[in-house]
Amino acid sequence: MTDDLILETDVLVIGGGVTGSGVMRDLALRGIRCLLIDRQDLCAGASGGNHGLLHSGGRYVSTDPESAAECARENALLKRLAPQCIEDTGGLFVAVEGDDADFAARFPALCAAAGVACEVLTTAEARRLEPRISERVIAACRVRDAAIDPFHLAMENVDQARQANGSEYRAHARVEGFDIANGEIRAAICRDPRSGSRIAIRARQYVNAGGAWAMDIARLAGCRDVELRYAKGTILVHHERVGHHVINRLRPPGDGDILVPGGTVSLLGTTSSRCDDLEHVVPTADEIDRNIREGAAMIPSLAGSRYTRAFSRVRPLLVSANTSDRAASRGFALFDHEGQGLANFCTITGGKLTTFRLMAEKTVDLVARRLGVSTPCATGETPLPRGAEGRWTEPGAAPRAWYRAGDADDMILCECEMVPRSAIDDIVAAAPDGAASVSLEAIALRSRVGKGPCQGAFCGIRVSSYLYDRGRYTDATGLVKLREFLDERFKGQRTVIWGQQAAQIELAEAVHCGLMGLDALEDAA
Amino acid sequence: MTSAIPHRGVATMHHDPRDLKVGLAIVGTGIAGFAAAVFAANRGIATAIAGNTGALAYTTGYLDLLGHADGRAIDDPWAALEALRAAEPRHPLARVPATDIRAAFTEFTAFLSDNGIAYTAPGDANIAALTPAGTRKRTLCVPATMAAGPRALAAGTTAVIVDFERLKGFSAAEVVANLGTRWPGLRAKRIEFPDMARGEVYPEVMARALEVPATREKLAALLKEAAGDARVVGLPAILGMYRPDDVHAELQRLSGLEIFEIPTMPPSVPGVRLRECMEQVLPQLGVKLIPQRKVSTLELDDGGATLTLTDAYGPIRIHANVVLLASGRFLSGGLEAHPDSIREHLLGLPVAQPASRDDWYREHYTDPRGHPVSRAGIEVDEQFRPLGRDGLTHHPRLFAAGAILAHHDWVRSRSGAGIAIATACAAVAATIRTRASNPTVGGEALG
Repeated sequence: MTDDLILETDVLVIGGGVTGSGVMRDLALRGIRCLLIDRQDLCAGASGGNHGLLHSGGRYVSTDPESAAECARENALLKRLAPQCIEDTGGLFVAVEGDDADFAARFPALCAAAGVACEVLTTAEARRLEPRISERVIAACRVRDAAIDPFHLAMENVDQARQANGSEYRAHARVEGFDIANGEIRAAICRDPRSGSRIAIRARQYVNAGGAWAMDIARLAGCRDVELRYAKGTILVHHERVGHHVINRLRPPGDGDILVPGGTVSLLGTTSSRCDDLEHVVPTADEIDRNIREGAAMIPSLAGSRYTRAFSRVRPLLVSANTSDRAASRGFALFDHEGQGLANFCTITGGKLTTFRLMAEKTVDLVARRLGVSTPCATGETPLPRGAEGRWTEPGAAPRAWYRAGDADDMILCECEMVPRSAIDDIVAAAPDGAASVSLEAIALRSRVGKGPCQGAFCGIRVSSYLYDRGRYTDATGLVKLREFLDERFKGQRTVIWGQQAAQIELAEAVHCGLMGLDALEDAA
Repeated sequence: MTSAIPHRGVATMHHDPRDLKVGLAIVGTGIAGFAAAVFAANRGIATAIAGNTGALAYTTGYLDLLGHADGRAIDDPWAALEALRAAEPRHPLARVPATDIRAAFTEFTAFLSDNGIAYTAPGDANIAALTPAGTRKRTLCVPATMAAGPRALAAGTTAVIVDFERLKGFSAAEVVANLGTRWPGLRAKRIEFPDMARGEVYPEVMARALEVPATREKLAALLKEAAGDARVVGLPAILGMYRPDDVHAELQRLSGLEIFEIPTMPPSVPGVRLRECMEQVLPQLGVKLIPQRKVSTLELDDGGATLTLTDAYGPIRIHANVVLLASGRFLSGGLEAHPDSIREHLLGLPVAQPASRDDWYREHYTDPRGHPVSRAGIEVDEQFRPLGRDGLTHHPRLFAAGAILAHHDWVRSRSGAGIAIATACAAVAATIRTRASNPTVGGEALG
C-alpha cells in the first residue's frame, strides 16, 4: 500500500492546542525543526473551550498549592512576554452570604503560602471596583488574574516558530497509528478526515500533546502508562461584558464560580462532570441553569440575562489518588515512555492554559536531550513577537485597522465585530487549508467572524458570498461549507436559546433553510 | 413637578383614550394579519388591525404554499396537501379545504396585483424560484418582477445575472456557481450602480433611486451593455419600492431586455414593498390600521373584546365584536421563549410545546426534520378558536391564525404564506359563521 503523501521532519508534535503550539515554538527557538499537526485546527479542544483565564493561582491554593505557585510564576512571565494576548484585568475573589466564612478568612494565608499575591479588600471596596457584585458579599480579595486569548496565543506561537526556522503547521491530519520497529517510532500514519487521504510523517522524535486525546494517541503507540480521566466543563458566553475584573467565588471550587471578561463579552462557568465520550460533548440545559444560578449569587444581573452561546469541552485529568475531579491534580505530567519500550516518543498532558509554556519547556528539555541539542530553553525570556497571524482574533483589531485605512469601499462583512473584506483576504491568504478550499470555520478561528451577537448567521452568508465573488468557490462547495459552519456554531447556541435569541434563530432558520435551502441542498441545487 | 409640560405637537398621555368600534380586531401585522384584513375588508366587515412590525419585512416576496414535505422538495403542493391531511390532521393547512386555500391565494394575490405588486396566479404545480444562493426554492406564487427567472431557468435561456460593486450579500458569481450545472447558459457580470460611485450600496436605496426616471435610463443603458448577446438579465430585487411593476416594465422597455429580480437576503426590498403597500392601501379601504404598535392588553367578555394600545398620540381603545390573534411566533412576539417554557404573550394561552428545554432544538441545526420547538404554538378548535387550559374553547369571540398556531414548521415545510393566508381566510369565515349561528355573539352589526 502506498501513502498519498510522505513528510519528514525532526520532531513531529501532535496536537495544535496551546501546549502543542508552545512545544513547537520552544523547539524552533532551540533551532530544532518541527511539524505541528492537528486532527482539526488550532485550539479545537480544551485550549479553545475554556474561560480564557490567566490564573493568578488563587483558584488552586486550597486544592493544589504546587499548581497555584506555578500559575503565579507563569502569570507574571506571560504578562511580560506576551502582552498582546493578555488583557490585564486583575481579579477579585468574593464570598457571599451562605458561603463558608472560615474558608474566606483562611484564603489570604493560603495564597501567601503558595506565593500568590493577594490583597484583602473591604466589601465596600469590592463593590466600588465592581458595582454589579451582590450586595450580599461578605468577603473579598484582589488577585492578579487576567484574561488571555488562547487562539491568539497559539497563532503567535506557530507564527514565531515558522519565522524562526521554517517549522511548519498542518491542520486536518489525524493520527491513526504508528509504524514501530526496534523500539522506535518510524512514522506516524495520519489521515485527512476531509479527503480521506493518508499522510505518513517520519520524524526523529514524536511529541504527543493531544490534550484529552493524549491517552488514545499514546495507546496507538502501544503505551499503556498514560491514564487520564475526563471532566466535562460547560461555559456560557454572556452577550455583553460584565465588569472589568475576573470575578471568582471565594469558596472551594464549584459550579458557575468564575466570570471572565473577554473583549466585548464575559464568560461564565464552569460545571464539572465526569464523561467518557470525547467525541460527543455538548452542554445540557441543566448545566446552563446551574451555572447561571450560581453565577447570579455573585452577580445578580447574570440571572435573566441574554447569553449568545455555551460550549463544553473535556479537560484531561491525571489519574493519581482517589480524589474528586475538582480536587484532582491540575498539574501536568510528562511521560518519556521509555518504560514502554520506546525511545523517541513522549506525552505531555494534564496541566492548564496558564502553565502551557512551562509544560512545553519540560517537554522540549527531554526532546532536546534525546536529540543531543544543548541549547537551553528561550521561552522564559524571549518576548512573543506580534505576528500578522493572530492579529484579527483580538476584539476591536479589525475595526481599528478599518478606520485607520479609511477605505469606504472596503465593505464590512461581519457587522457585529466589524470585520472588513480586506481582513478576510488577509486571513484566506495565510490559511493552512490553502486558499482553494478555505472554510468559514478556519476564517472564524482566525478572526472575530461569527463571534458577535449574530453568531455567524448573517456574516457567514456575507463572507461566503464574498468568497464566491473572489472565485474561491466555483460550485456548491461554498454552501456546503457554510452549512458546516452554521451547524458548528449552533452546537454552542442550542441550550441558551430563549428571549431574543429565539427570535434570532427563527429568522436565521427562515433565511438559511427557508430561503437558501441549506437543509436540503441536494434538492435545492 | 415640571413633567406636565406637553411635548411639542404630541398629545400627552393623560388625554382620554381614543375609542374605536369595529366588528373585527386583528392583532398582528404579518402576512396572516394583513391577509385577514384584506379578506375582512372584501367581506364588508369593519376592521381594525394593530401590531408591532412583524416578520413581513423579512419575507422574500415569494408566497409559498407547501414546498417541502419530509425534508424533500415537492413539485405538486396540492397532492402533498392531501398527504398532509392524512398524516398530520392537526396541521393548520390540513384544517382548510384545498379549494378554499386556492381561492384564498387567488383573492390575496389579486388584491396585491390591483395595488401595484402583480403576482402570478396560484397554479397546479410549485414554481422552482431562484434564491440569492443560486439554489431553487419551491413556491406557489411569485411577484411578476421575479417571474421571468424561473421561466428562463426551466427553458435554459442564455441569461446574465448582474450584481453591483459594493453591494454586500448578493453575489452573481455565487448564483452562477450554484445554478451553472443546471443552467449552462448563465453568466455573471458586475457593474456600478448609476450615481453611487463610492462606499457601500444598499438595496433599499437603489430601489428608491429607481423610482426616478433618469436613474432607470442610466441603468437600462448599463444593463444593455452587460447583457452582451443575452436577452434575459437577472438582478437583485431593487426594482422600485412603491410601483415595482411600473419600474420593471419601464426598465424592460428602455433596455429591450427581459428582466427578472432575485430576492436578496432579508430584510429585503420585496418584504418592505408588501408592508408599505398594505400600510398604504388598507386605510383607503376603511380598515383602521395602527401600525408598528404592540397591543398591550386584550380583555374578552360577553359583550365583546377590548384591546388597548398606545401610539404617538396617546392611548387607544379598540372595541370589537371578535378578535383574531395573528401575532406570530418568536420573531413577531406572539410567542415568548422563557428558560423554563414557551408562553403566549397577550393572554397567557396554553402553548403546546416539548416537555423540556433540552428537547426544543436538535443538535444538528440543519437537520432536515426541523426542530421540535418550531411546532410549538396554540391549539384551536374547528372554528380556529384557541383552546384554554381545560382543553375547551377559550372564548367564543377569540380566533387565531398564522404562525402562532401549533403543529406546523413553516420554515422547513416552506409553508409560511400558505399557513398565513389559508388560516386567515378560514378564521375570518369562522368569525362570520360564529356570529350568524350565535346571535348573542356579536350582537352589534358587523360592519
